[in-house]
Amino acid sequence: MSAPAISLESLSTTFGDQLLATVKAGGCASSSCGSSTKPNDTDPAIWEKIKDHPCFSEEAHHYFARIHVAVAPGCNIQCNYCNRKYDCANESRPGVVSEKLTPDQALRRVIAVANEVPQLSVLGIAGPGDACYDWKKTKATFERVAREIPDIKSCISTNGLALPDHVDELADMNVDHVTITINMVDPEVGAKIYPWIFYDHRRYVGIEAARILHERQMLGLEMLSARGILTKINSVMIPGVNDEHLIEVNRWVKERGAFLHNVMPLISDPAHGTHYGLSGQRGPNAMEMKALQDRLEGGAQLMRHCRQCRADAVGLLGEDRGQEFTADRIPGAVTYDASKRKAYRELVVQERRDHVTARSQAIGMVKAAGPGKPLLFAVASKGGGRVNEHFGHAKEFQVYQASSRGISFVGHRKVEQYCLGGWGGEAALDGVIAALEGIDIVLCAKIGNCPQDQLADAGIQATDAYAHDYIETAISAIYAAASRTPALAATA
Amino acid sequence: MAFKIIASQCTQCGACEFECPSGAIKFKGESYVVDTQKCTECEGAFDTQQCASVCPVPKTCVPA
Repeated sequence: MSAPAISLESLSTTFGDQLLATVKAGGCASSSCGSSTKPNDTDPAIWEKIKDHPCFSEEAHHYFARIHVAVAPGCNIQCNYCNRKYDCANESRPGVVSEKLTPDQALRRVIAVANEVPQLSVLGIAGPGDACYDWKKTKATFERVAREIPDIKSCISTNGLALPDHVDELADMNVDHVTITINMVDPEVGAKIYPWIFYDHRRYVGIEAARILHERQMLGLEMLSARGILTKINSVMIPGVNDEHLIEVNRWVKERGAFLHNVMPLISDPAHGTHYGLSGQRGPNAMEMKALQDRLEGGAQLMRHCRQCRADAVGLLGEDRGQEFTADRIPGAVTYDASKRKAYRELVVQERRDHVTARSQAIGMVKAAGPGKPLLFAVASKGGGRVNEHFGHAKEFQVYQASSRGISFVGHRKVEQYCLGGWGGEAALDGVIAALEGIDIVLCAKIGNCPQDQLADAGIQATDAYAHDYIETAISAIYAAASRTPALAATA
Repeated sequence: MAFKIIASQCTQCGACEFECPSGAIKFKGESYVVDTQKCTECEGAFDTQQCASVCPVPKTCVPA
């Protein structure tokens, strides 16, 4: 094997060039070399568990990727936002998958991805179906993969109904991360979300079904917490059904030791054939989501970087390379080659030290700038925590808020790519501008005059002056300049 | 006395296969099939037919 820096040149990382430049420039130029890259407010034992899990750490999601394998299609409940018949390669949302896999097929897919995607750190089983209910396949998959790639983190997502039956086995298999979807703690609310459950060999409906589900979810969460397994709670925000109620959910799960609470917007469309889609139940818009998330601050810690990915997604959050690894593209026999992942990890350790220092300097600068108007930034990024994507190539923008309290990650806005094949579509630009409602400043690696002018007409200032800088560094420079001279906001 | 699965509506989730107390359901070719010789409609084992109770698609696992 060649030296890490050389072997990295052959990698297809999404930000390999940036990483290489950093390494070739002598790596980390900051004074913090050798110190921990751990954010100051995180318990060291927990940081060790989350530092390379993109779904449990906002910081980690800039560097590490996951693979979901759809091996457990059987489910024991029906949710009104789920249509089990739906299957489409072009949809990007939870529960959707184009290939179901056997545990052996899943093993080959994980190895093929690990050989090509050096950021890979997590193997998740997250539907369609329920990983704890269809347990034999879940267990067989984790056991096979752990034998071949011992350092990959196994992770499951479950509705919780069958969870208490398998907590001890999860602990035995070193599954450190579990996600439970909890949409209610009141069976009256639950009855509007779950038409039925299958439990103890029979089908239950209505409030009785929701009560059993609720009790099993709370029991499962308490059992996980008792064993030190980190738990993320996913809640689907359904306007008029459980939106206000999620404040109560947040309180309950915090009391029972949940590590993170991820509130996601309902995705609802008649074409999806779900009960909610067909009955006209709408999902929340971005500002409604943010308003609820802001009200939840101070409770269980919020996850705001969820991309609601497909159940067979591959890659960094926000990108999906699953189509590169379909069954017909994977050879019958594949052998795991650890070299790319190892080289990548060595470089990331250095890059992250640099980033942590830059970020703490940036946050200090924003706080020192004194009270100014809070600014919302939309950032085009390909990963690595940098402003490194062209405006026209962005499929999503990461949203940050700068205020006198510092810089915080708010969420993301999905958009249609404005620039396809070198020319920009007017209709697409209108869509991007609509998706950027409430945003003050757009940061990107490159933007043309025309879209820049149209964004300015919509009250959004866009700049590529901070191309390839760390996101927080760019934000702090603009925020500090704006607080001195508000008119300078985007030209700083 | 047996159940059958309407293949065109089946999502192939396989829950019926592992809930069946008689081992009567197997994946054959493109779909799950109930072996009518083995199916007991869960009589003596459960109050309700397990395959029909867990099936996510209405009217897909039905009396033959």
